[in-house]
Amino acid sequence: MKSSLGFLIGLTCALLLTLIVGENPFHVFGIIIKSSFGSSYDLGLTLFYTTSLIFTGLSVSIAFKGGLFNIGAEGQLSMAALGMVIFANTFPHIPEPFSYLCIFIVGSSVGILWGIVPGLLKAFRESHEVIVTMMMNFIAAGITSYFIVNVIPNPQSQNPESIVIGNSYRFNQYDFVNKFFPDSPANVFLLLAILSAFTLHFFYKKTALGYELQMAGENNLASERAGISSKKMMILAMAMAGLFASGSGMNEVLGFSGQYKMGFSPEFGFIGIAVALMSNNNPLGIILSAFLMGSLHKGSSDLDFETNTITRDFSKILQAMIILGVGFQYFLNKKFFRRHDGTN
Amino acid sequence: MELTNFLSFSFLISALRVSVPLVFAAQAGLLSERSGVVQIALEGFMLVGAFSGAVFGFHFNSALVGFLFAFLFGSAFSLLFSLFTIKFKSDQIVIGTAFNLLIAGLIPFISKYLYNSTGSTPSLPMEVRFIFEPLIFSVVMVILVHFGLTRWRSGYWIQFAGEHPETLLSAGVSVDKVRWVSLFLCGGIASLGGASLSLFLSSNYSPLMTGGRGFIALSAVILGKWKPVPTYLACLLFGALDALQIRLQGVEVLGSKIPVQWIQILPYLLTIIILAGLFGKSRAPTFLGKK
Repeated sequence: MKSSLGFLIGLTCALLLTLIVGENPFHVFGIIIKSSFGSSYDLGLTLFYTTSLIFTGLSVSIAFKGGLFNIGAEGQLSMAALGMVIFANTFPHIPEPFSYLCIFIVGSSVGILWGIVPGLLKAFRESHEVIVTMMMNFIAAGITSYFIVNVIPNPQSQNPESIVIGNSYRFNQYDFVNKFFPDSPANVFLLLAILSAFTLHFFYKKTALGYELQMAGENNLASERAGISSKKMMILAMAMAGLFASGSGMNEVLGFSGQYKMGFSPEFGFIGIAVALMSNNNPLGIILSAFLMGSLHKGSSDLDFETNTITRDFSKILQAMIILGVGFQYFLNKKFFRRHDGTN
Repeated sequence: MELTNFLSFSFLISALRVSVPLVFAAQAGLLSERSGVVQIALEGFMLVGAFSGAVFGFHFNSALVGFLFAFLFGSAFSLLFSLFTIKFKSDQIVIGTAFNLLIAGLIPFISKYLYNSTGSTPSLPMEVRFIFEPLIFSVVMVILVHFGLTRWRSGYWIQFAGEHPETLLSAGVSVDKVRWVSLFLCGGIASLGGASLSLFLSSNYSPLMTGGRGFIALSAVILGKWKPVPTYLACLLFGALDALQIRLQGVEVLGSKIPVQWIQILPYLLTIIILAGLFGKSRAPTFLGKK
């Protein structure tokens, strides 16, 4: 991976911070490694986070490829999750093979719809997609919290969580991935995530549409001249971004908990930005960088018990430092490995 | 409860009060965006201000000292932000997101070290807290930014950095330097917004107390079409919505309760409607986000 140096710089800087509060960085790093790969349960949880991060990483990266910035993956994945829970609650008696199909379609179409709005606004009204997606994240947070607290709360629980969807909607009886990681939330959506990454790779490399999308993202004037509608490509990129983000919601609702738990996503949408950035938007690289970010996220969760002064919030510092490290590396690349073109 | 109760004097006062953090943050965001740097790290800068203001305000037993330190820490963070966005030419949105994450992680990290808890900081005594002062400061800030941008030479530089950097360049002024200064001020002023949360609207820092106000402030900048006074008015509008939402909790209007969430999403919805150009075109600085 091109950005591995940036990753190392970021990781090192973050670990050096632990010196300030009197911890041994090697010890902290050891805890993170042990806690993310130590047992099959730990590894399962790491893979569960990896799954969600592959989806959001793909979501951010396809928008990037189309020349757009999707920071709305968070809203897209939570609306998709909410949509599925509401659907399963409204139609509890759909027979089994159809139920899977229905809920899958519902989840992905809600994701696509939530993703396509900023694409349409950008294409037809020139509204800046960053602000629109950011605002839509907050709107999604408001809508989901309204439904979870006021409309479909779980009657058996005091926590802010929705009702549990029926077994006929959940994929667990066919879930062979989960058998390898007993009791952990790792599930068959991991395979779907990896498959999506390969599909996207194929889409970029072998299809005309994929080529057009990348070309429109690279230079929309040139692509307009070549007869590619950049409006169409923007809308397509955002729709696919929403589709991928919805996978993250499915991973939680259909693959694991069967309900919408408020805060189930520790900002997967934003970590997805780091994942996409680290892989330089290469779909196959995303699998690896999602795994790295997933293990750092899982690894940090045990810092609460294993150290006196560091909490699980350390994962945010790690992620941020890695993004900054990658940013710094891009600067180094530009400065030392490319000819000066006189723009600076 | 009658609807007219909401239009009382006390409602206006509370709307003014809760809009103070927004006013600071929005003017800060405006300075950054007018100089051509997309600013989505306002939320992070506000958190820095809220935390450092509360810590130093408590330590020195003075709200004013807390305010001062908030400015210092906020601007220090924005220097780091400038290093990445201006010097390293990294993507402004990516770095903004990273800063929001970084600060959300650093505060519990430091708080755990200082107070052995990731929760709230100790409360300031009642007599030390601000009573009304930030309200005055914030209005002064709006006036300063307005006259600064329209009357002062350095204000023109900021505008040119966002609109026609090449003109500035041919006048022999460094665009990067102008942006460094705008961002320095932006971080400091946004932190004052955060500090007025912890020193004026409440008496301590509690986790994630900004609650998305940094993003609402950004909406106010857009709603105010990147101009100081309209941005101020937008902040007052969002402040009023916030005050309304507090009053509406548990109140029945026309026989049913209005869910708090519907009012909470209004500023965001309004921003999207504005951006969609339904109320006429609002134009961002031409060079916003370009390097």
